[in-house]
Amino acid sequence: MAASDQPRRGSGPEPGSSRGARAAFSVERGDGRLLLGGDLGLPVAARLWRDLHTLSRAAPPPRLDLDLGGVAAVDGAAMALLVELRAELATRGIECEIVGASRRLEPLVHLYGGHAPPRLRATPARTGWLERLGRATVDAGRGLELAVAFVGAIVAALGGVLRRPASGNWRAVPSLAERAGIDGVPIVLLLDFLVGFVMGYQSADQLALYGAHAFVADVVGISVVRELSPLMTAIVVSGRSGAAFAAEIGTMRVSEEIDALRTMGFCPVRYLVLPRVAALALVGPVLTLLGDIVGVAGGALVGVIKLDIGPTAYLAELRTAIFPADVATGLVKGAAFGVAIALIGCHHGFATTGGAAGVGRRTTATVVTCLFTIVVLDTLFTVFFRMLGL
Amino acid sequence: MSTPCVLTVEDLSVGWRGEPPLVEHACFEVKRGEVFGLLGGSGSGKSTLLRCLVGLEEPLAGRLDVLGAGPPRLDATRPRYGVMFQAGALFGSLTVGQNVALPIQRWTDLPRAAVATVVRSKLRLVGLEDAEHKLPAALSGGMRKRAAIARALSLEPDLLFLDEPSSGLDPVTSAELDVLIVTLQRALGLTVVLVTHELGSIFDIVDRCALLDRQARCVVAIGTPRALAASADGRVSGFFRRASGGA
Repeated sequence: MAASDQPRRGSGPEPGSSRGARAAFSVERGDGRLLLGGDLGLPVAARLWRDLHTLSRAAPPPRLDLDLGGVAAVDGAAMALLVELRAELATRGIECEIVGASRRLEPLVHLYGGHAPPRLRATPARTGWLERLGRATVDAGRGLELAVAFVGAIVAALGGVLRRPASGNWRAVPSLAERAGIDGVPIVLLLDFLVGFVMGYQSADQLALYGAHAFVADVVGISVVRELSPLMTAIVVSGRSGAAFAAEIGTMRVSEEIDALRTMGFCPVRYLVLPRVAALALVGPVLTLLGDIVGVAGGALVGVIKLDIGPTAYLAELRTAIFPADVATGLVKGAAFGVAIALIGCHHGFATTGGAAGVGRRTTATVVTCLFTIVVLDTLFTVFFRMLGL
Repeated sequence: MSTPCVLTVEDLSVGWRGEPPLVEHACFEVKRGEVFGLLGGSGSGKSTLLRCLVGLEEPLAGRLDVLGAGPPRLDATRPRYGVMFQAGALFGSLTVGQNVALPIQRWTDLPRAAVATVVRSKLRLVGLEDAEHKLPAALSGGMRKRAAIARALSLEPDLLFLDEPSSGLDPVTSAELDVLIVTLQRALGLTVVLVTHELGSIFDIVDRCALLDRQARCVVAIGTPRALAASADGRVSGFFRRASGGA
């Protein structure tokens, strides 16, 4: 052995050393080869991998063989690592063969492709910002295409139902409305009450500075009825029903139930989407109205306990502040938010691919899209209603 | 007089747009009253081909005629064929009876009591009369497949498409399902198109079959299972060798 190529020993335990929980193996640098010995297996794979890299890092071209002459046993994981190292060395221009395997080990070498020419590792192409931007644009375009196709399908289904109302799956509406509405009442009531209470509490101090504490009823009333109740209700409905619609329809899609519907002659949009849209269009205003009542009650409680305004006086002030148009704008928002949530949930459900993980992704996307859409719609409605003088 | 064809496939190519076709230039005919198998290994495109045959996907090219009515059109007229999907595709929120009743309610004006009678008769055919009020989740894998067959039969189809009916079943249940399929096919005079790679099903119930090959991306052989098993073509004999557990 050349003096410049003195054997170097890896960090693995010595062959024949104590074989407790840690199996014994050895790796040494020999003349143009790495000499492996002992038991190579999953329990020592991490150390084996580190040692192989340490000892092969400084290996000069043109050749470094992996000598299994001293190996007593090797499992699939270790063999996979040896084959991988061989490919890495080949990529660096170093020839490498797995040599010295006993007849017992040869089948495993063959099974893992250790006898075949190594596959050179392609250097992963770096993705530039322009390419990422392009991919994102293409993805966004595909998403838009899906959304437009979905809207088209909705319009077609709606046309069909308007021509023949009996062809709609209206029997599903009551149970969907029950799940989305009645089951969601407690959380909507609690949230809207708390929002009204907090609104009253925050505004009471500010109004008291100007001696205008009686106007807390006006502030709370208008805020709750026109903005907060529809918004809070829609947020709850998004989390409950929007996500549920996406998950239900997404699961039906990945388990071929929607395909089954189609082969039985059903239009899935007419059968699944329109009842959900109808259910939330009904439920949205009802929940919003309930939210109005408890939100105003929350503000009234602040008036009573903090500002010494009696319930009768509070209601009298409220009557001067809130007009039917205020309530109506809130209810219109409630219905529109309900329709938007149902459409978004169903759209994401129909766009689901990729099994359970795909359902999870689409459910999350539904909630995010719903929240964004609700805020945008709310802004548009607010401007629109003000332009109409409502 | 020759037996009329209920399914004609001419020069059909199937796959996903923007990707290489999974199957190209497929040509075969399915005669009335036969059990026709679409065979092939995993990824050979047999399920995608089936989706085209039932109208769930558009073919990339070629011509297709189902029951003399041209390409299948969904949601247009009462389907004259039934489809059983690989995992059953029963609606989890509906009972077995409601699943079977669904297409009947969609396409007929039968009163509720009459629908229930028809449903019970279908469930009796597949040996599930006791499961009418159970949810699919309460059924075993074999029972779910039977329920899916009952639903596929609900509109009195002339043609039945079955996508891997034996998948996920133990050998005994699988053999029982094969017996059920043959019994129904003979008793009801059905034509059956069956996607499978189960050798037992192929030899027990298939009259003729087409073998798809992933590498060749086409139908490499058509004939009776025994003729194909004896084929000198390496791709054909290789499939049967692999399907029987050989190397």
